[in-house]
Amino acid sequence: MAELVCVCRTRLASGFELDAGLSLPLDRAPISVLFGPSGAGKTTLLRMLAGLDRPREGAISFRGQPWFDSSRGLWLAPQQRRAGFLAQDYALFPHLTVARNIAYAARPGKAAEYLKAFELGDLAGRLPRAISSGQRQRVALARALAAEPALLLLDEPLSALDAAARTRTGQQLRRLLLGSGVPSIIVTHDRMEAVALGDWIAVIAAGRIRQYGPVEEVFRRPADAQVAESVGVENVLPARIVAREGGLLTLETGPAHLQAIDSGEAGPVVACIRAEDVALTRQLAQVSSARNRLAGRVTSVAVEGPLARVSLDCGFPLVAAITAQSAGELQLQAGDAVCAIVKTTAVHVAAHSAGSRAHE
Amino acid sequence: MDWQAIWLSVRLSASTTAILLAVGTPLAGWLAFSARRWKFLVEALVALPLVLPPTVLGFYVLLAIGPRSPVGALYAKLTGGMLPFSFQGLLLASVLYSLPFTVQPVAAAFAGVDRGLVEASWCLGVSRFATFRRVVVPLSRRGIATGAILSFAHTMGEFGVVLMVGGNIAGVTRTVSISIYDQVQALDYAAATGTSLFLLAFSFVVLALTYSFQRRAWNIWPS
Repeated sequence: MAELVCVCRTRLASGFELDAGLSLPLDRAPISVLFGPSGAGKTTLLRMLAGLDRPREGAISFRGQPWFDSSRGLWLAPQQRRAGFLAQDYALFPHLTVARNIAYAARPGKAAEYLKAFELGDLAGRLPRAISSGQRQRVALARALAAEPALLLLDEPLSALDAAARTRTGQQLRRLLLGSGVPSIIVTHDRMEAVALGDWIAVIAAGRIRQYGPVEEVFRRPADAQVAESVGVENVLPARIVAREGGLLTLETGPAHLQAIDSGEAGPVVACIRAEDVALTRQLAQVSSARNRLAGRVTSVAVEGPLARVSLDCGFPLVAAITAQSAGELQLQAGDAVCAIVKTTAVHVAAHSAGSRAHE
Repeated sequence: MDWQAIWLSVRLSASTTAILLAVGTPLAGWLAFSARRWKFLVEALVALPLVLPPTVLGFYVLLAIGPRSPVGALYAKLTGGMLPFSFQGLLLASVLYSLPFTVQPVAAAFAGVDRGLVEASWCLGVSRFATFRRVVVPLSRRGIATGAILSFAHTMGEFGVVLMVGGNIAGVTRTVSISIYDQVQALDYAAATGTSLFLLAFSFVVLALTYSFQRRAWNIWPS
């Protein structure tokens, strides 16, 4: 049962249009991520959920309680929603100490509890400008949780931190959020953050929710080409279905044919293949369980730490990620002829453009 | 030096400032945060004393508080006294005359408070009024101090309005500037010099204090 349902349409002064429909099962997936590129409308949507901006039309309900319903003229103020909001810059009150920030909207005793639980005791008497960004984030989170919200909304919670602190703070943030028992919605444009923080993900692009579901599911089975690209699928290949038989699809991709599991897609599709699912051999393998064997030429090899990204030309561009060690053993160089092997199950077929599955 | 006049001016200025803080702060809050379209009309009205000749303002106030006006009649019924040529009448005129000197800096300070802080407070479940009191006002205290100081100083130096509304009654409505005018009329240049010098020094100190307030504000909130 979905606990947060939002169907909102709005138009900003800039002309940007948001048309977002999503439902999040906050009990099953305590942390949801709203993921998309800058300017996709993530923050706009989050502010509507918080009650800070009013959509032109639509409805929002949380655990069966309506927060907004344009047909009834209903609009709950932020104060009535009990939805904690963590702004990107944390918005700590600069004239209050850490302790008084946390106690700002807390019941007596709560503040001390969070000050201790978040290991902020030593900073209790400091002003926000005298502590680090990571500490500010913890204070903001403690302040929001001390007010005992029913839902927590976080806008790019890690963006104010430097790269080194981000991973560590991200893990800590997930632990603190799970520990609090308050369902959370986190906005981020960073793929790694989305994976590290979220249980569920809603992918938003150009003001529309393109797909939502468990993080694993969305990353493995993106609904369309744009989602596939935004979740970082390296190979998104335009394809045409040429045969459908026995639960399998035969796709025509450039001069080559690919076999994939039939997911029921029709019309123009894309074949999504993660680079790590592409294996390489020197000779064309004669017998293999993998159905897709593509002859091609290496166009470039880039070693990134333990991995090597090998770009191929198989009549269409294809990227393979193999270990740097394998790349060394194969002695791959630009211009070499190789064979790329992709298991049928590693080819995910998705709609070519947005549509059918975006608003289910 | 006319100490009686100086003391009267100080009392008048202090009372005016106190009333202006009580009335001007909510008005400034409304001006800073209201989304009403016709807000500009109120802004223009508040700013009017900046450009209006004091005699014009004083003339209208005199008419408005005269015994035949509703305000004057009501006041007479309640207190048995009259507003024109009294300290209370002068106080009312001073409040109107100095209104922009309080409202404008305070409204500017309110509008300058980071909106994100206000929204953070709302999302923590704190009402609009409590947010205004606990976040907006404390973060605007320098603007409020500036408004108070300017109103005080402006009232100390007012002349035209006092002459129109208060007249020249020693100990009741004869303020510092009226006293100086009297002294010059009576060719008592020594007394006029003393009182003028006092007012000059006072005004300078007040303005220097105001600017030092703002300077410190820059140092404390650089980014």
